Amino acid sequence: MSHSETVSVSNADPLCKFPPLIKERGQREVFCGLAGIVWLHRKMQDAFFLVVGSRTCAHLMQSAAGVMIFAEPRFGTAILTDRDLAGLADAVDELDRICATLLERRADIRTLFLVGSCPSEIIKIDLAKAAERLNARFLPQVRVLSYSGSGIDMTFTQGEDQALKSMVPLLPQTDARQLIILGCVADIVEDQFRRCFDQLGIGPVSFFPGRRATELPAVGPNTCVLLAQPFNGDTLRALIDRGAKHLAAPYPFGAEGTTAWLAAAAAQWNVSDAQFSAVTTPLIERAKKALAKYQPLLSGKRLFMLPDSQLEIPIARFLNREMGMQLIEVGTPYLDRDTVTAELPLLPAEVMLSEGQDVEKQLDRVRAARPDITVCGLGLANPLEAEGLTTKWSIELVFSPIHGYDQAADLAEIFARPLDRRSRLKL
Amino acid sequence: MQLTLWTYEGPPHMGAMRIAASMRGVHLVLHAPQGDTYADLLFTMIERGDRRPPVTYTTFQARDLGGDTAELVRNAVTSAYERFKPQVLLIGESCTAELIQDQPGSLASGMGVPVPVVPLELTAYSHKENWGAAETLYQLTRALLSDRIPQPGSVKPRDASRPPRANILGPTKLGFRCRDDVVEITRLLAQLGIEVNAVIPLNASADDIRRIPSADFNIDVYPEVSRPTAAWLKRSFAMPHTTTIPMGVAATREFIAEVAGLAGVDAQMVLSREHQGQASLASSQSRLPWYSRSVDSTYLTGKRVFIFGDATHALAAARVARDEFGFTVVGLGTYSREFAREVRAMAASLGLTALITDDYLEVEKAIADATPELVLGTQMERHISKRLGIPCAVISAPIHVQDAPARYSPVFGFEGANVSFDTWVHPLMMGLEEHLLQMFRGDFEFHDDTPAPNPTTVVKVEAPPVAPVAESSTDPISEVQSAPTKDVTPVWTPEGERELQKIPFFVRGKARRNTEHFARERGVALITVETLYDAKAHFGR
Repeated sequence: MSHSETVSVSNADPLCKFPPLIKERGQREVFCGLAGIVWLHRKMQDAFFLVVGSRTCAHLMQSAAGVMIFAEPRFGTAILTDRDLAGLADAVDELDRICATLLERRADIRTLFLVGSCPSEIIKIDLAKAAERLNARFLPQVRVLSYSGSGIDMTFTQGEDQALKSMVPLLPQTDARQLIILGCVADIVEDQFRRCFDQLGIGPVSFFPGRRATELPAVGPNTCVLLAQPFNGDTLRALIDRGAKHLAAPYPFGAEGTTAWLAAAAAQWNVSDAQFSAVTTPLIERAKKALAKYQPLLSGKRLFMLPDSQLEIPIARFLNREMGMQLIEVGTPYLDRDTVTAELPLLPAEVMLSEGQDVEKQLDRVRAARPDITVCGLGLANPLEAEGLTTKWSIELVFSPIHGYDQAADLAEIFARPLDRRSRLKL
Repeated sequence: MQLTLWTYEGPPHMGAMRIAASMRGVHLVLHAPQGDTYADLLFTMIERGDRRPPVTYTTFQARDLGGDTAELVRNAVTSAYERFKPQVLLIGESCTAELIQDQPGSLASGMGVPVPVVPLELTAYSHKENWGAAETLYQLTRALLSDRIPQPGSVKPRDASRPPRANILGPTKLGFRCRDDVVEITRLLAQLGIEVNAVIPLNASADDIRRIPSADFNIDVYPEVSRPTAAWLKRSFAMPHTTTIPMGVAATREFIAEVAGLAGVDAQMVLSREHQGQASLASSQSRLPWYSRSVDSTYLTGKRVFIFGDATHALAAARVARDEFGFTVVGLGTYSREFAREVRAMAASLGLTALITDDYLEVEKAIADATPELVLGTQMERHISKRLGIPCAVISAPIHVQDAPARYSPVFGFEGANVSFDTWVHPLMMGLEEHLLQMFRGDFEFHDDTPAPNPTTVVKVEAPPVAPVAESSTDPISEVQSAPTKDVTPVWTPEGERELQKIPFFVRGKARRNTEHFARERGVALITVETLYDAKAHFGR
């Protein structure tokens, strides 16, 4: 018996174009939404993220990020204590005091995100109101925004979605024809894509988030949105509410995914086939050449992905279609059909998709299947290795540049490395 | 509300996890939301554990809050028991669960689970990790032993026909070098003919806890975790416990005497091989006394050392640094507020004011202000030291992956003293080498337009023999670290510059920086020969 409810839905989709789906509830080995701060603060270099939470939140952040490398990181936690729980009025004053101290010490900060947590949600500290109050005091020098990264509401990468969604009301209105790339990508990836869009004659292009939280793209009825990360569904819908049009496409992982992703924009901009091919063909060739190195290691290998970052579906598609891997089970913490409509039909029909997690049951399935490689969180990797299974930490997928043609082989290498290591060690 | 950018200790339930993960057959059901499972990675990644910590998380969500989160607790308890079949179940809650007041402890206690169920009150908003570990160990021990408390006066003296027995209390997962310290203490006890009855909690089972009273006394090696338990065993079972932490040669000798006293055995059989006041290879089981006395170590004399960590290791390290390395302790502090009094007393005896804080920025400032030549601290102090360019050795939790070394490396006992000698001295050697390389770069052979030389070659060609280099650091001009750059950059007069060139090259850079720092602080724009010697007098010790 288990404390989860398992609902198996076979071909729940009336058109039968989606693979079967297991929905599970139970213990999840997945970070909460706070962990997204780790890459968001690095992307937006003028932003500070202040978690209003507990010592657990602070400990999570430093454990997930290994933050000791920073002299003074651009994120922190306002830790609630007994005193704050005694009276809420107190907590409000305390938060104001902490923000004032912080902004005084960090004159470089232009945007302060107040980030809600499980405890702040439970005791109902109104961070939106706090942000309003602080804006009255600190604007125009600093803008204060709020969102929730709470684990009772959402999983790991949804934290980025909530952070970006909180910025949508600030985006200026425009009627200009333009493209927004939605989702945090490494600067190097941003630059590569910019070059690519320029060559295709697609533009103007804005990346959201940009390198500074104060650099906001405009949005309006002639704006198209391409998702670079599949976990930004709420922000996507908020942009659609502002008039934007979503270009549904596979994600730019691997040569095929990147081409399809660019093609979705090219179609809107009426880029000729000849031009599209002239720009992409050399890039595709280069990517394929780089990928060929890893195909012998990956082809035919059986893959099991535990839920973590919501990148599982597009990455499984890449590994299956371009690297020839067999998919045993592809787990995702949360399935947002709006963001993966173009991905699901590309998965092989026999793949088992799972949403949510009951970790003990899922590990039973892993043990029964004995995959060649299991993609899982940091808490599970070593114990599974000790059981003789080869693993890859999923966290690397959100911390490394993996998008686009020139990172396709890097993405493949992430999965090839543990297999290569396993074959080298004579232990 | 307290602004925290980084924290030395996790929340109290992290301490409860450390106890559960240290033991066999103990399972913790934690009422907690998604995300709190991050804590697993500390055991599996930082300490390279090959098994998951034995923890089941209830994983409640917002939509459960209106309904029945209590049912989630009951289900988690049932499935955890059925899957893992533990000998004892611990029931705790993380910070968020504490707010929704489901009372998981009493819920689970009423379920009729056929093993002992120990509810934990972890008070996340007023306590921290070590407190949580201490509280968990105490509650678990009480729960398993409360039916065995002897009537007052009924404690019988030890049967003289069997060897004396001791329990080792306190070593845990994610503690500092606990795995090897247990081995070292066991060896010391064996030399005295004392048996180890149980090690609690590292690798212990519930049965081992039940066997605690079969020992004659307890060895309290990590008071942050084990003192409340040791004190309760003393009150309830008339079991005395040690108070000496066997870190360093002198403390190890005192520990042997204390243990022998508690066991009623003759310490001389071990201590007769220890010769206090003598230093040769034969004068101790440890090489530290001789290594420290050997002339090569002269350069350690009066090295300014800053110490910060948990109370147990910081206190012991301060004594060892002063008495066994000949260092000058210029800063002492701890994040273990529970032992602030002891640390304050030790600091006062060193002529210092203790730094009691869990704010690493305060520690960083104190280190910068104290301008030490060596820092002994936690992983955070290692990072601070790297930023400030000061050598550092790690002596205390919180640990990182390199603090769980593959080789045997205790810090307690005679071997621990050897390990400390190596690990505290090596960063200094390295520091000195780096310093030399920097120095050479400033010499005429290496003008800016000359390509960077191969450092190895430089050392081979130019470095003087080790001993004179080593002595260099006893030069009265001590390095001032992280000098704040003020507006005026002082200029050297030609005579001042010429005098500087007469100073041996291996301390010249230090002298230059110190003099410039001295001049800047006093607003001296022109550095003369006099300024140079004024600065030397100022920084001399």
